[in-house]
Amino acid sequence: MTPHQVTAAERIALTIGPVLYHWPRQTLLEFYAGIAESPADTVVLGETVCARRIELKLNDWLGLARDLAAEGKEVVLATQTLIESAADLRLVQRIAEQHDFMVEAGDASALQHLAGAGPFVLGPHINIYSRPALVEHAALGASRWVAPVELSLDALALINPPGDPVRGATGQPIATELFAFGRAPLAFSARCFTARHHRLSKDECEFRCLQDADGLLLSSTEHQPFLVINGTQTQSAATQCLIGEGAALRAAGVSRLRLSPAATGFDAVIRHFDSVINHAASAADALHAIEALVPSGGLSNGFAHRRPGLEWSDA
Amino acid sequence: MTQESRAPGRRKPELVCPAGSLRALQLAVDAGADAVYLGLKDATNARNFAGLNFDAAQVRDGVACAHARGASVLMALNTFADARDASPWYRAIDTAVSLGADALIVADTAVMAYCRDQHPQLRLHLSVQASATSVDAIEFYRDRYRIQRAVLPRVLTLSQVGHVARHTEVDIEVFGFGSLCVMVEGRCALSSYVTGQSPNTAGVCSPPSAVRWQDTPAGVEARLNGVLIDRYAPNEPRGYPTLCKGRFDVAGRRDYALEEPTSLNTLAILPELIELGVSAIKIEGRQRSPAYVEQVTRVWRAAIDQASAHDARFSVQPAWQATLARLAEGQQQTLGAYNRPWR
Repeated sequence: MTPHQVTAAERIALTIGPVLYHWPRQTLLEFYAGIAESPADTVVLGETVCARRIELKLNDWLGLARDLAAEGKEVVLATQTLIESAADLRLVQRIAEQHDFMVEAGDASALQHLAGAGPFVLGPHINIYSRPALVEHAALGASRWVAPVELSLDALALINPPGDPVRGATGQPIATELFAFGRAPLAFSARCFTARHHRLSKDECEFRCLQDADGLLLSSTEHQPFLVINGTQTQSAATQCLIGEGAALRAAGVSRLRLSPAATGFDAVIRHFDSVINHAASAADALHAIEALVPSGGLSNGFAHRRPGLEWSDA
Repeated sequence: MTQESRAPGRRKPELVCPAGSLRALQLAVDAGADAVYLGLKDATNARNFAGLNFDAAQVRDGVACAHARGASVLMALNTFADARDASPWYRAIDTAVSLGADALIVADTAVMAYCRDQHPQLRLHLSVQASATSVDAIEFYRDRYRIQRAVLPRVLTLSQVGHVARHTEVDIEVFGFGSLCVMVEGRCALSSYVTGQSPNTAGVCSPPSAVRWQDTPAGVEARLNGVLIDRYAPNEPRGYPTLCKGRFDVAGRRDYALEEPTSLNTLAILPELIELGVSAIKIEGRQRSPAYVEQVTRVWRAAIDQASAHDARFSVQPAWQATLARLAEGQQQTLGAYNRPWR
C-alpha cells in the first residue's frame, strides 16, 4: 500500500483523557509537561473519579490548563462523574462557571449548569445511545460528544453520521470522540474497592490507590486478568486499542480519539496513534509496539465491533 | 441550587411494588401496594428476562385490576433506545398511554423527549438508571422533561437523601428492599464488557444465555462467556454468577473483591426515611415470584402504616424481619449506602 498524505479534513484529533488514576502531584506535573511536547491536540484536565483525591486542586488544574494552552493545546476541564455531596456539587458549579476553558460534563448536574452557557463537551458517562438523545443534548449547546464506551462503531455511524451530523444550538455539527486507548472505565460505585481490598474504610483510606499507577488488577480464580480496581471506579484489565481501525473510525464519523493516560510508555502511544491514524504509518507495527507497553490484560476492541468489550479481533 | 429549602415531609410514603407478571400484580395490590411497576416483554425495560413481564392485553388487565383497588400502575421504560431502531421505545410509550398507565419510569432523554412532544400530559418518573444523584441533576430533568418523581440511585447516605429531598419539588423515591447493585445504576458496563449485553443497552445484567455451569475436579464452576466468575466447593451454597458478585483474585487474595451477595433491607430506618420527606419506597424484584412479592408487600404495608401513624412509636416487628430474612434467601441483609458501613 502506498502511504498517502492525509488531508486536513481527514485528520483525526487526539484528545488526552483525564488521568483516571491517583498519581502523586509531581508525577502529574511531569506527565503534563510531557503532554505539552506531544502531538496531542486536546487535553482534558481534572479529577473525575474520587473527590478525596486532591493532589491537585482546582486552582492547580487551572494553572496547568493555562500552561498547556500557552503551549498550543486546547484544554477542557472535566467534572466528577459521580456526584454525592454538596461539596461535589459546588465544585461542579465552580468549574462550570469559569469561562477560560471549555468544560466536559461528567453527569446531569454539570449539564444543568452548562446548558445554554456556550459550547461544552458531553463526557463519556452521559448516557447517549441514539440520535434523538444526541439531538436533545446538542440543543443544550454541546459542541462535542464523547460516546459511551460500550457503543459500537455501527451505532456511532447511525447516531452522528459524517454525512448528516447532529447540529448544535448554533448550527455547528457535533463532533464525535471515541475512547480509543486505555483501560476502559466500566463502572462507578459509592464504595471504594481499593480501600475495601486493604480492609480500610473509605473515609480513612490512607490514599492507598496512590500505590496503583495503573489501578489494582483483579483476576479470575484461574488467573485471567479481568478487571482493574481504581478506587470507586472499575475498569477493564484489557487495554482498549483502536489504532488499527482508522478507516472504520472515519466512516463512523469519529473525528477525535481519546487516549486515556497510562503510567508507562504513554508518550510512545500518542506518537504511534498520530503516526498511524494521521500519517499512514503501519498499524500492525504500532500494535506490536503498543502490546509490549500495556499493563496485564492485553488489548481489546470488542465494543467497537458490537462484541463483548473484552474481545479482540483483527481489524 | 436555586431553590429554598423545603420543610421535611412527614407524609405517608407510597409503597411501590414489583410486578413481573399479572399474578404478581394482583397479589401485590391485594397485599396493599399503593402502586405497582411493570414492563413489556422486550428490551425497553431493565428486567428483560425470559418468561417475565407483560404483553398489551396483560397490561390492560393489570391496569384494570390495580385501578379497581385504588392502586396506580407505573410502566418501566428505563433502558436506552437502540441507535438502530428507537421505535420499540416509542411504541411502548404509546402503548402505556393507550392502556391507561399512570406514569412512565424513564431514563433516556430520547424517550423523555418523545413523551414531552407527543404526550405532554403523561406523568414521568426518573428511573434510577438515569443516575441522577444530586439536586441539580434532578432539576435538569425537571426543567426539560417535567419529571415529577426521581428514583435515587442506591449510593447516597441518609443525610444526602434528605438534602436532595429538601431542595427539590420533585418527589423522591428510594429503594427499601431487594437485591442490591453495588455499582451506580445506569453507569455500569461490566456486563457488556463480558457478554455484549448490559442494563443500559439490553435491559439485562450477566444474562443467563452467557452462563455456563461446569462440574470440575476443582469444584463447580460458574462462567460468564468463558470468564470464571466463581468456583464452589461441594458444600458451598451457589449463587447466580452476577459478575460483580463473584470471587476474584486481587494481589494474591481470593475474595468477593467487589461485592458479597447481600440484599438491601431498610425497615430499621423507615421512620428516618419518612422524616426526610421521601415520597415513595420501592421494592425491587420484578424477577421474583408472585408469592415473594405478596409477602414482602404485606410486611412493608404494615410497617409503613405503623411508621406513618399519628404519634407513631415504630418498632420493627420480629415477624416482619423473619419474613424478609427468609425471602432474602439466607443472604446477609444490609442498609446499603444509607448508613455506609464501609465509610
